[in-house]
Amino acid sequence: MERSSPVVPESEVYHFQEALPPLTAHEATAEANRCLYCYDAPCMQACPTHIDIPTFIRKISTGNLRGSGRVILEANFLGATCARVCPVQELCEGACVLGKDHEPIQIGRLQRYATDHIFDRGLQVFTPSPPTGRSVAVVGSGPAGISASAELAKLGHQVTLFEKRELGGGLSTYGIIGLREPVEVSLREVEAVQNLGVEVRTGVELTDREGLDVLLSQYDAVFLALGLGAVPALGVPGEEAVLDGLAVIEASKVEPWRLKVGPLALGQRVVVIGAGNTAIDAATVGRRHGAEVEIVYRRTENEMTAYRHEYEFALHEGVGFTFLTQPIGVEVEGGRVIGLRCVRMGLGHPDASGRPRPEPVPGSEFVIPCDTVIAAIGQEKPALAVDLGLALEKGYICVDDGLQTSEPRVYAGGDCIRVRGSASTVMAVQDGKLAAASIHAMLGAAPAAAD
Amino acid sequence: MADLSVNFAGIRAPNPFWLASAPPTNSGAQIHRAFEYGWGGAVWKTIGAPVLNISNRYGGLTLGGQRLLAINNVELISDRPLEVNLREIAEIKRLWPDRALIVSAMVDADPAAWREIVMQIEDTGADGIELNYGCPQGMSERGMGAAVGQVPEMCQLNTYWVTSVTRLPVIVKLTPNVTRITDPAHAALAGGAHALSLINTINSVMKVDLDTLLVTPSIGGQATHGGYAGPAVKPIALHMLSELMCDPTVRKSGVPICGMGGIQTWRDAAEFLLLGASALQVCTAAMHYGYRIVEDFIDGLSNWMDDKGFASIPEVTGRSLPQMSSFGGLDLGYQAVARIDPDKCIRCDLCYVACNDTAHQCIDLYSPEGVRVNPGFDIRDGGKHVADGRPRPVIREPDCVGCALCANVCPVDGCIEMVSVPSGRPSVTWDELTATRPAVTQEWGAMEAYREEAGIEIH
Repeated sequence: MERSSPVVPESEVYHFQEALPPLTAHEATAEANRCLYCYDAPCMQACPTHIDIPTFIRKISTGNLRGSGRVILEANFLGATCARVCPVQELCEGACVLGKDHEPIQIGRLQRYATDHIFDRGLQVFTPSPPTGRSVAVVGSGPAGISASAELAKLGHQVTLFEKRELGGGLSTYGIIGLREPVEVSLREVEAVQNLGVEVRTGVELTDREGLDVLLSQYDAVFLALGLGAVPALGVPGEEAVLDGLAVIEASKVEPWRLKVGPLALGQRVVVIGAGNTAIDAATVGRRHGAEVEIVYRRTENEMTAYRHEYEFALHEGVGFTFLTQPIGVEVEGGRVIGLRCVRMGLGHPDASGRPRPEPVPGSEFVIPCDTVIAAIGQEKPALAVDLGLALEKGYICVDDGLQTSEPRVYAGGDCIRVRGSASTVMAVQDGKLAAASIHAMLGAAPAAAD
Repeated sequence: MADLSVNFAGIRAPNPFWLASAPPTNSGAQIHRAFEYGWGGAVWKTIGAPVLNISNRYGGLTLGGQRLLAINNVELISDRPLEVNLREIAEIKRLWPDRALIVSAMVDADPAAWREIVMQIEDTGADGIELNYGCPQGMSERGMGAAVGQVPEMCQLNTYWVTSVTRLPVIVKLTPNVTRITDPAHAALAGGAHALSLINTINSVMKVDLDTLLVTPSIGGQATHGGYAGPAVKPIALHMLSELMCDPTVRKSGVPICGMGGIQTWRDAAEFLLLGASALQVCTAAMHYGYRIVEDFIDGLSNWMDDKGFASIPEVTGRSLPQMSSFGGLDLGYQAVARIDPDKCIRCDLCYVACNDTAHQCIDLYSPEGVRVNPGFDIRDGGKHVADGRPRPVIREPDCVGCALCANVCPVDGCIEMVSVPSGRPSVTWDELTATRPAVTQEWGAMEAYREEAGIEIH
């Protein structure tokens, strides 16, 4: 983790602090006391993992912080990550009854307060059940993989968690900017799952059907939490000079010096293509780098996929927005980016997504001068899904209600099954829980595999 | 603008807000400052026998994050030399002739001791004397304070020793640490008291510190009970006040009562007046926020009186007393039911759980489509839209006994109202019923027969 390049002094490496400070004890107590302790509360229903929010907040108000953290982590093992990255305005806080004529309770920040209490003190709130003799391989240590591993370990199954990268945590570790979630938070969750007896093997990648068959021969069940692929190609001239938004975010978290030198080095005039939450994050990294940053999006403010609060966050950070603009080429001179060639767009009839189709305005080409272009236009479907020979649905792994794939002992969850609906950490966590429950039921019914 | 001036047993003041005998009235400098803020009067912190105070003296009650809902103290009477207090009392009265300045006193149960201090108080020019028969700790062990207030004979005798030698109005301050508040009140009246004041503080142990396991306040590792005061004691004070105001002997005597116990705002003050107080004393609120609070006391009470058309304090005093009755005087035929305003309801369902778990199970949940549903939710669902489909609580009126628990737990003002409805039952009080049909008090069979006859169904 603590690596620096010899050519970038430590003092010049960015240190992202969380945008929101932790609540003080007084703030947390006052806020917790504001909660009405609704019965059958809408916040709990709105949470995809159904954390018993009134109960954990009540426990904060009574000073039972360990109990509070446990209530959260029982329903959501990644409660510390979700406290930071969940779109609470769209979920729990959006459903809070106090929002009707007043301010909703700051559920996300209270959740962070309670889970910080657990992690800061290294408290162990769970103990694994006695070993069942069954084993499960979990592929991918992002939120879905960690969640499933934790639930299975709690039930007494022997879990091996495979991660192709150097660090565990997947999206939480590599894909969320430090302003929202410092890398330590997700690494502590990886550590917590290890403390439950889960073996985490990093640097191990599942690449093909053969690999899956090996896992199936060694384990009683396999849970695939593969995530998504890389940012898709723009298909414009000069593409090779465009930086991958996810790579920029990843570098900002684990190797920030890489944004200063080498292929990922950011200039002083950055253009980000795309207007989803990843684009917002990449743009924010650019701003913290000290650059002028412009987001270029082919539709308008109304169609952008970033949450409203993310958009406002970006504006607050000083990110500029250029709507109705489609990049058509990267201008490169002497191996250096000097601009992004664009065309103005107009909105036409709704397309398959239900949003108005953007159409180029003839003769409206122009160049935005810049020295860095970052693309954040979504992620490709998991290519591995095809290679594994599992049934697919629109390029994603096809699963039933119990998250079982077309193969009996193979389950999948997280973004790799997210055919519809917005991808989110909290939904991946819920997938992990549901898959663990299905796997547990299946293992209970099946005879143990011979050693 | 309403006239807030009072004439309490001959003691005049520009408003009814007086500081109670306590730390806020410990010195001339303090009372001078309080009067500058507008307090209508002050009862000087009890003077009398020599004492030594200890450290520390206060325990506080915090509830739901709100601090000092009550305070308890193990402070004694004034520990400043008597001569100093007397000199300062005289100075303050000279500087503030229009304010009520009353001196609280407490000495050994000895007529000579009382005579001595009464003469000294008279010499200061003070407007009245308040006899402290309430101090629940420290002094009571020495035969003073509550030791006098809790024994009617002592109360009468001590009061008489004072009233027989002074020309000043004598107020007897009662302790609430008795079974029947009327007993010491009658004794005080028999002793010639010109007025009563209540309540003094209530015996209490405030709390135990869960980190140190020490009882709070901890005085070098030791603890004792203290006197409980502040907003939390108001209902007890209001009860005792109304009990006295409804008591035939007290009524016949015509003595005024100075109310105190948890007055924190002008609203509390108005309640004390409505239940019969003619003047008011305040302590904890001033200890919490300082003397400045009197500005809103005066302003708020005055505005409220203007709104209600009350021109003077005597018009307010006792206005709500006629409603006070005993259980036996209440109408058994009266029926109220709870009604929930669906537009105000925020769907917290606290009424539902309270009624279902601990009352009469008469609130149902209905979906927006008008279907009766049970609590619970679809675990596959999520997102803020669930708030739109949230069921709303509806009272099943025929089964509502009108207990009002729901209205009390509802967090939204005016959302659940108790509405009077025709019960179809005869209008009769328990006293009337049992006078005419004594058997109903003795036999369940007779009671059931009456219920059937009167159409009273118990769910």
